[in-house]
Amino acid sequence: MKARIFFLISILLVGGLLWTGLQAVHPFGIPGETPMDDYFIANAQGEAAANNVVTSIVFDYRGFDTLGEGAVLFTAVISVAALFRKRGHN
Amino acid sequence: MNPLSVVARTVCNLFAWFLAVFGIYVIIHGHLTPGGGFQGGAVVATFMAFLLVAHGGKKMQSWVKKDIFTLMECGGLTLFITAGLLGMSNTFFFNFLAKAGGLFGSVVPMGPNPGALNTSGTIALMNLSVGLEVVGGLSMILLYMFSGAHPEESFGREEAGHDR
Repeated sequence: MKARIFFLISILLVGGLLWTGLQAVHPFGIPGETPMDDYFIANAQGEAAANNVVTSIVFDYRGFDTLGEGAVLFTAVISVAALFRKRGHN
Repeated sequence: MNPLSVVARTVCNLFAWFLAVFGIYVIIHGHLTPGGGFQGGAVVATFMAFLLVAHGGKKMQSWVKKDIFTLMECGGLTLFITAGLLGMSNTFFFNFLAKAGGLFGSVVPMGPNPGALNTSGTIALMNLSVGLEVVGGLSMILLYMFSGAHPEESFGREEAGHDR
């Protein structure tokens, strides 16, 4: 019974916080701040010399992020190799 | 795993190559069209899965070795980090090849244009290296899972005899 009351209170608390946070969200399709988007649209083709602006963001402006993605894939391959290695050696 | 029927194998022999060509196209046109290294690499790894399912493990074992994919994965990631580090005189991941005139160094006109392959500097290089890495990594996951599910058909080198 105590746990149920605790769950109810926490659900009400989290729901209330989410609801109050949602009131401050800008309407759908109308972004609040656009200087970043405007910068990329205006300058990405000239600075990175690539037609595909998305690729120039992924590989040039945020190249470090893509390096992390590559490292994640590398770690996944290593863990699969560790999981499916041959048995019977020890 | 046994190979599939002759119908499935013939369809695979006909159409698997279109899959490979499309994946390589997506990789090398990453700076012009939607897609890039990750997506094209996944398509080429699907080609490997296609071959493995249609022809079975023994044929695949006679065609490729795991070491090739290991080399592709490690080489791709190393090339990516090298392309990022070579612009280090400015910043990490500085696009030092763009508009320099040499490899991938053509200047792009502003606005809509047909697009040239020899543009975008290190972005094209990084697309190629990430594509290499994804092809090697996903194919290695595929082969490892296959040899884990079918232990009687082993891939690559035998690793028997050490630390016993």
